[in-house]
Amino acid sequence: MSGGPASSTPKRSLGGWALIAVPYLWLFVFFLAPFFIVFKISLSQVAIAIPPYFPTFDLAEGWAALVENLRELSAENYLWLTQDDLYWKSYMSSVIIAGVSTMLTLLVGYPIAYGMARSPKAWRPTLLMLVILPFWTSFLIRVYAWIGILKNEGLLNQLLLTLGVISEPLTILNTNIAVYIGIVYSYLPFLVLPLYASLEKLDESLLEAAEDLGCPPWQAFWKITLPLSLPGIIAGCFLVFIPAVGEFVIPDLLGGSDTLMIGKTLWVEFFANRDWPVSSAVAVILLLLLVIPIVLFQNQQQKMAEKDR
Amino acid sequence: MRHGPTWFNVTSLVIGFSFLYLPIVLLVIFSFNESRLVTVWGGFSTKWYAELFRNQQLLDAFWVTIKVAFMSASVATVLGTMAALVLARSGRFTGRSLFSGMIFAPLVMPEVILGLSLLLLFVALDQARGFWTVMLAHTTFAMCYVAVVVQSRLVGFDRSMEEAAEDLGCPPAKTFFLITLPIILPGVIAGWMLAFTLSLDDLVIASFTTGPGATTLPMKIYSQVRLGVTPEINAVCTILVGIVTIGVIAASLVTKRQQLQKERDERAAYAEPS
Repeated sequence: MSGGPASSTPKRSLGGWALIAVPYLWLFVFFLAPFFIVFKISLSQVAIAIPPYFPTFDLAEGWAALVENLRELSAENYLWLTQDDLYWKSYMSSVIIAGVSTMLTLLVGYPIAYGMARSPKAWRPTLLMLVILPFWTSFLIRVYAWIGILKNEGLLNQLLLTLGVISEPLTILNTNIAVYIGIVYSYLPFLVLPLYASLEKLDESLLEAAEDLGCPPWQAFWKITLPLSLPGIIAGCFLVFIPAVGEFVIPDLLGGSDTLMIGKTLWVEFFANRDWPVSSAVAVILLLLLVIPIVLFQNQQQKMAEKDR
Repeated sequence: MRHGPTWFNVTSLVIGFSFLYLPIVLLVIFSFNESRLVTVWGGFSTKWYAELFRNQQLLDAFWVTIKVAFMSASVATVLGTMAALVLARSGRFTGRSLFSGMIFAPLVMPEVILGLSLLLLFVALDQARGFWTVMLAHTTFAMCYVAVVVQSRLVGFDRSMEEAAEDLGCPPAKTFFLITLPIILPGVIAGWMLAFTLSLDDLVIASFTTGPGATTLPMKIYSQVRLGVTPEINAVCTILVGIVTIGVIAASLVTKRQQLQKERDERAAYAEPS
């Protein structure tokens, strides 16, 4: 970015402003504004009507009606969330399940990313492609594939029974273990890719120096490779953890009836109970829960983007 | 030792990739199973595929999904490329951090929140839900992915050609179409493909924002999966996996050829005496 003063402070033409305005407005209308609506509805009450909440705002009714309607808003739903322990249990167990799965994904993903970064240069594009390819195939399909494997009469149990490892089929499907497997499997590419990017950039001469100075490989890994791959680890873990907290498909298809996750609770509240205000309140709290990791993630992304320049 | 692949690295790669691919491979194999019992092999058969083409509901859902994915990917590519240009080129302006926040947040935002908030927006706008609302919803989250993909292309980019064009009096829009776009085109195409497959895949956001007559394929698959694993679903999934795999491999081959062509052109240009 050393194009002189003209490019560092571009004087913007009409077209330049339009370029900013169009995507900005789009995201404002379809991404940011809806959150305010969610917040407003989380303060409303459920009603048997279309739409199924009360009050609804209609500017045509005039100012007095608007003020009257504003008075109707209340934090009742949030109070309800604290009273019924289904909700806070769902939040807690979502965070725990997402946290455990993130750690498991890291344990599974690190050796893969490491093996890729240490493989001969000619292999790397193919290996990278092999990691990305499952990411392109449907999430739903990949989760579905596990049902056939993990069922009581599924392929895994059949294999273990034939090998004589177990004498009775294991119950894995519809337990939290199946949810862990599902999350690790589905989100693995999200962790491997940033991790691989930071491991590949690693300066090998550091490891050679350590070896020459008599440092055993395991210690060299612990003292050099791991700390230097930390940005990749952090980025990858965020990319797994944040969406996993609000995951719906995996706990719904692989988890059991006792698998509580907030995404599933919100879905049931919305589609089965048709309680839009409560599901909005659930969404608002979930958003607040995720704001901190999301902001941390963004700061880290921005830092990495600036470093790359 | 470190310069060759060690046994540890090879083992971890083999185990890792089997973990990634085995479930999909099994799913594909069992779509050709004669038996209705999905876990017992009853011989090779393609009858479930034949069955699929007689299932009108499934075919309808397939077309809705393709149409939504095509339109939302196209709009998202235009918007996402614009957003990438803003992120990479526009320097500082008021609300820039809000802008980049709005680009990055949807990438990690749980889908249930995106779906619910968009639905409530459409209800507040008194918009009839159906094909168009799903398309708008998909465009919104897909454009953020496109923006990130295209931006990464724009960052490692030699600006001297653009500057030369502008110095010679080429208007910015023309410079973009004649110089910038051809260079970032692989990124734009990758962005479009990503947007297309994201839309093809999406269950949660589509379920929230859809209305009568706009059932997408993932919604159809989901409602059947809940009833249990069937060979028909395996067959649908195999077809989808096949389409995506062919698309991705074709795209990467095209990119590779373009890269080679470019290198050859450059070498030829340097070889010529000026």
